Amino acid sequence: MKDDRIYRLRPGWRLQWEEAQGRHVLLYPEGMVKLNDSAGAILSLIDGERNVGDVITELRSRYPQAPADELQTDVHEFLDEAVQQGWIHHE
Amino acid sequence: MNEHATSTQKPTPEAPLWLLAELTYRCPLQCSYCSNPLDFAATTNNELTTEEWVDVLRQARAMGAVQLGFSGGEPLVRRDLETLVGEARQLGFYSNLITSGLGLDEARIDTLHAAGLDHIQISLQASDPDVAEAVAGSRKAYDKKLAMARAVKAAGYPMVLNVVLHRHNIDQLDAIIALCAELDADAVELANCQLYGWAHLNRNGLLPSREQLETAEATTVRWRERLSREGRDMQLLFVVPDYYADRPKACMGGWGSIFMSVAPDGAVLPCHSARMLPMSFPNARDDSLEWIWYDSDAFNRYRGEDWMPSPCRDCDERHQDFGGCRCQAYLLTGDPTATDPVCEFSPHHHLIESARREASEDKRKAAQLTPRNVHESRVFCRA
Ligand code: SF4
Ligand code: SF4
Repeated sequence: MKDDRIYRLRPGWRLQWEEAQGRHVLLYPEGMVKLNDSAGAILSLIDGERNVGDVITELRSRYPQAPADELQTDVHEFLDEAVQQGWIHHE
Repeated sequence: MNEHATSTQKPTPEAPLWLLAELTYRCPLQCSYCSNPLDFAATTNNELTTEEWVDVLRQARAMGAVQLGFSGGEPLVRRDLETLVGEARQLGFYSNLITSGLGLDEARIDTLHAAGLDHIQISLQASDPDVAEAVAGSRKAYDKKLAMARAVKAAGYPMVLNVVLHRHNIDQLDAIIALCAELDADAVELANCQLYGWAHLNRNGLLPSREQLETAEATTVRWRERLSREGRDMQLLFVVPDYYADRPKACMGGWGSIFMSVAPDGAVLPCHSARMLPMSFPNARDDSLEWIWYDSDAFNRYRGEDWMPSPCRDCDERHQDFGGCRCQAYLLTGDPTATDPVCEFSPHHHLIESARREASEDKRKAAQLTPRNVHESRVFCRA
């Protein structure tokens, strides 16, 4: 995965914080993916403007206690998975 | 102090995630496979007002519902649809419009889009205008639908088509899929019609034969291979009719489990078909949705598994299918608590077999089935 790649959510899909569930969900036609904390934190930074490197930098500043290597690996793995699932894509 | 006391308290049900707003039963089409209630005409003068719908949306959202379907009837008949869509967006719903495409035009698509509509699903009858006309009772409908399917895509929505299959169009599946591919659809749901309401009335004239079904499944598989060879990203979803399945569907994900449906007159139902069951349902005009969902007898009646009869009660699959569909059990056996006869373990499974046999003897043409319209509906309205 290249860190200068810019991802965005699939058109028509929406990420949203659900107070009632206490988590982020990804909404799509007639369906919903319930996201865990880290998936929610990563996806909410995927806005079609930040590249992968920016996302990692932002997460590092938000979670300074997290080991830097692990964080980077986690982001890459999650984004790969999200691409596989068709949740996000890049230009 | 008794450390071994076990609680007999039932677990509190989870909040609803889905709200289906059936805005109206009015519809310009007359599909003989429509699953609306037979007596829908009784409610056409008694629809919830815009304010009442807004209140329903607010309550449901506050409870945690997040997916919203606007359906009917034809929801576009309601001139306040745009207002409701706007309200829904503001509340944070993901809103889906389920439409025949009639009543839609480019301008209305733009307004709905601007109001925050997230998704549009258009239903198609068949690829052949004659069959489409026979089934829907209108020829104009067909051309209009195709134009609207294109317009929806042009507005930036994914094109999701729903084709209702039955005996009179299933043999044309190849042409239907070809048409969807030509329209550049993103996803196509090939759904054999659900036999409720008008479709149940017309059951013998709608149910396809096993051979028809097998051919249709093979056609779908062939198309999937072709599409993937061509690198096309059009999803094909084939939904087998219940009457040819050996296990029932997990109806609504379980009664009162995730889904709540509000009918045009405010009746609140665990499923849009449930109205036919021999029980009364609460109304959003009289009670809060919160009370209805958590406390009403109707929503608790078939919740969980305490109500289950044998063989479901002792079956390992009861957490997967929840004993099947209550409406189907009632329509076929007269007992809404029975195991869904679709299940091969049901003591009533022979009813499904005889329904298939009866259907194979029905030689009516599509145009001879009972059309879903106000005139026919009055016959079923209680005085
Ligand atoms: S199935 Fe046909 S008649 Fe029934 S609501 Fe839909 S479009 Fe109208
Ligand atoms: S017996 Fe009941 S729970 Fe078991 S598979 Fe059949 S319908 Fe489902």
